[in-house]
Amino acid sequence: MAVCIAVVAKENYPLYIRSVPSDSELKFHYTVHTSLDVVEEKVSAVGKVIVDQRELYLGLLYPTEDYKVYGYVTNSKVKFVIVVDSSNTSLRDNEIRSMFRKLHNSFTDVMCNPFYNPGDPIQSKVFDSMVSSMMVQTC
Amino acid sequence: MADEALFQFLHNELIQYVYKSSEQGEMENARCITKLENMGFRVGQGLIERFTKDTARFKDELDVMKFICKDFWTSVFKKQIDNLRTNHQGIYVLQDNKFRLLSQLSAGKQYLEHAPKYLAFTCGLVRGGLANLGVKSIVTAEVSVMPACKFQVMIQKV
Repeated sequence: MAVCIAVVAKENYPLYIRSVPSDSELKFHYTVHTSLDVVEEKVSAVGKVIVDQRELYLGLLYPTEDYKVYGYVTNSKVKFVIVVDSSNTSLRDNEIRSMFRKLHNSFTDVMCNPFYNPGDPIQSKVFDSMVSSMMVQTC
Repeated sequence: MADEALFQFLHNELIQYVYKSSEQGEMENARCITKLENMGFRVGQGLIERFTKDTARFKDELDVMKFICKDFWTSVFKKQIDNLRTNHQGIYVLQDNKFRLLSQLSAGKQYLEHAPKYLAFTCGLVRGGLANLGVKSIVTAEVSVMPACKFQVMIQKV
């Protein structure tokens, strides 16, 4: 389903990033990093122009030739970014939404782990396997 | 209800433990308060992550404070904050007329000097919650008449 999943901290450094074709890892890092500007833009627009749109899910951030980038921001300003292959047209908005929800749930569990230090890279195995499950569904 | 009692007893033991594990003295008192406050901070961070999972994004600071007073307080202390006041310049005063962690103590003046111990954890709780929502603050508490207490939240501008 997804080719790259990233969790970015409040201060815009990556907490977790994983991509499926591991040879083009750098490219995905770059893609995710670029997307943060769009996230920023969408978040700051909220409350000014459109009051109703206060959902955590930000929707499609931007499409590129090969990939679509989706974003999600939690109330604690942690960003989730999912990159999906453009060729995969069967993927609907609802499914992306549910993927983000799953990601968020898993992230909350990580945050509530007393041994986890907020702001550290995520090393949880449960989180890892959850992310893998979202990636495997594609292939 | 039993689940409320659990938290209260654990909180009481926490205070006992922190104070017993350090030597007596004026200096140590401050350190114990800090310790309790830091524990609360981490708990607050985790809690807010849980509580705000399904809520809409907050508009501004006041929106965040309202959330703390209503939903957060209800989830932790089974009641809302009785009074929220602000000077609109980053200072908020949250008043609870019957603070649950003090309600089991005598309503007279007898234990007034011990009251700060019972508020440190909660101060941290609020500070941690706010910090995770991107609001840096200093939280202090004061008690004048026993089960009522005031939390003062000072937002730090960057």
